[in-house]
Amino acid sequence: MWSLIRQRLTTPIATEPLEELFSHVATEEPDPLLVQWKQNIRRGPFYGSLHIRHVDTGSCNACEWELTALLNPIYDAQRLGIDFVASPRHADVLVVTGGVTRNLAQALELTYEATPAPKAVLAIGACACGTGLLGQTYAQRGTALDSGIPILVTVAGCPPSPPEILRGLLNIMTILNGGAATHGHATTAI
Amino acid sequence: MTLMTCGPQAISTLCQSYASQGFRLQTMMATDERRIHGHYVLRYAFVHDATGHSVVLETAVPHDSPHYTAVTPALPAANWYEREALDLLGLFPDGHPEPFPLMLHGDLAANANPYPLRKEVDRAVSLPSVSRSLSVEAVPDGEFEVPVGPIHAGVIEPGHFRFHVRGEDVQSLDVTLFYTHRGLEKGAEGLTFAEGLAVAEQTCGVCSASHGAAFAQAVEAICDAHIPERAMWIRLLVLELERLYNHIGDVGNICAGIGFSFGVMQAGILKEKLQRHNARLTGHRFLRNMMAIGGVARDVPSDLAAHTGHVVQETMSAFSGLVNVLLSNEIVCDRFRQTGILALDVVRQYGVVGPAARASGYLADARLTQPSGAYSDKEVQTLLHVPTFPDGDVMARVLQRIEESSVSATLIGLAVAKLRSLPKADGDSSLVTPMVTPAPYEWALGVTESPRGENVHFVMTGPNGTIDRLRIRSASYANWPAVAKAVPGNIIADFPLINKSFELCYACCDR
Repeated sequence: MWSLIRQRLTTPIATEPLEELFSHVATEEPDPLLVQWKQNIRRGPFYGSLHIRHVDTGSCNACEWELTALLNPIYDAQRLGIDFVASPRHADVLVVTGGVTRNLAQALELTYEATPAPKAVLAIGACACGTGLLGQTYAQRGTALDSGIPILVTVAGCPPSPPEILRGLLNIMTILNGGAATHGHATTAI
Repeated sequence: MTLMTCGPQAISTLCQSYASQGFRLQTMMATDERRIHGHYVLRYAFVHDATGHSVVLETAVPHDSPHYTAVTPALPAANWYEREALDLLGLFPDGHPEPFPLMLHGDLAANANPYPLRKEVDRAVSLPSVSRSLSVEAVPDGEFEVPVGPIHAGVIEPGHFRFHVRGEDVQSLDVTLFYTHRGLEKGAEGLTFAEGLAVAEQTCGVCSASHGAAFAQAVEAICDAHIPERAMWIRLLVLELERLYNHIGDVGNICAGIGFSFGVMQAGILKEKLQRHNARLTGHRFLRNMMAIGGVARDVPSDLAAHTGHVVQETMSAFSGLVNVLLSNEIVCDRFRQTGILALDVVRQYGVVGPAARASGYLADARLTQPSGAYSDKEVQTLLHVPTFPDGDVMARVLQRIEESSVSATLIGLAVAKLRSLPKADGDSSLVTPMVTPAPYEWALGVTESPRGENVHFVMTGPNGTIDRLRIRSASYANWPAVAKAVPGNIIADFPLINKSFELCYACCDR
């Protein structure tokens, strides 16, 4: 018990400021996404509260590990009010990884149906964004973009890094708060 | 390696005779070789873990009557392989106890399955879509069926688990996998070896390097090529770094199985630091794009090698602090001990590999039995004290990973010293051996020890340096059937813990 308390007290704060995390991926200075987020943090229902349900539709597990990494103390997505929930019924956002395998197509549809509106879908990784190495086979569609489910934001990369995924989620916050339609909205690529 | 051939009706007896001599079924490859010899071919690969002796038993299955005697009744480890050959190639295992679809879900009625791995079938052939409804069989009073998945509560991969419980006690567990079956092997057919390597690395996100190396080794074996010394040590360095970030991350994830967030967060920091170093070393957080056919794609210069040594040392000292806290915590130890016991006879029966097998007292490690590259080095073999633990519970699998992390750190130290003392890389020739285009329809196996256990890649060449057939047997494929055997007798709330203690991938099992 004492060793646990000692370890807790002696572990320095590992969480990195957003400016530092985004410095490698943002192209403009100052970062418009961060500026917008800071200005609006108290202004809309989804700022400071974005609940995600992850749907793996045939990913290789790399995207999953990067999503999980968002919860480690270094990225600490929870400080932005972003968290993963256990059921689509509790979710604002579905995060789709993988190229929609034949065996999971129905699961994706049912999960989308089970998510209450307003809802948004974020496609993460090359496979979901239709630029995966494998593409279409007998067993998968090779993209989540034409799966009949409106994708609001895409984050490509194989896999995208945790800061890139975080930016995708901040983008979705902004779009959802701006009253953007969750159906038929043009896909924003990050 | 010994190669033996027999008829399709005799294969079961022949496999049985090797299994009874202590050989473990390593993989089974089903190939469509009708264009070459007019028939299908099945190859059962066995290895003897004590001696490292390997044998491949080959049988031809006629094209007009694709039947053979199933090996499964005598050797349960063959179950999935034979069902897979039925699903994807339409080869019927006569006498198989469970001749049901494995990889292609849904009710593929008669003639609806084009058998996608047959050569005349297009890679994007369309199959009827899958529609399921939840069905629960009647169970006696006081018993319940608990369906879980394929979409889970956490950020994990998809699988369907059907728990049969009486009160809280799990009576039995049915696992349905292959939700993430992507058709990776068919996708690799016709590609060049370099393209195939990229596909092989995508088999699994977190065992990318070991899958890449296994594929490269198979191709190098076909071409009879030897990779440069510097490349050998870089491969060893990358493979051990992969083991290290996986094992440390897994110890943290296992803590998530008991809601011990302290362990999750502390290990999360360490894993992140290692992955950042991976990116610095190889340009990729999951160590991809580092392997090349005939060597490695980029050098690890002396200073970067030295830095790797420092990072690993620092990480290991922080990790040992975390381990002390974990193992001195009564609640943690209480939850870990006596939970999810995997019996040694199940390990033998199902051909379990990797840390899971070793934590049940069965020493199987490809680095010892079938070493390749720098692993055959005398110094490496002296330092490679792969531990085993007899208990087979969650605690044993945790201790297994902790001990193996130290072994990996030692090997990394050695690789760093070698890379610093070897002459500097001078152009590509010190990193990659040029390869000749191999003759068509040659095959070989490439074996590596991934963080989860042995990966076996079977590569058969096609014309002009292309891939005719790739068969990937990941450690997860070998170990999944054993998970279902470790759960009954435990309470259902311990399942996440038991499952995490095996830490198997779905993607590299399903491919």
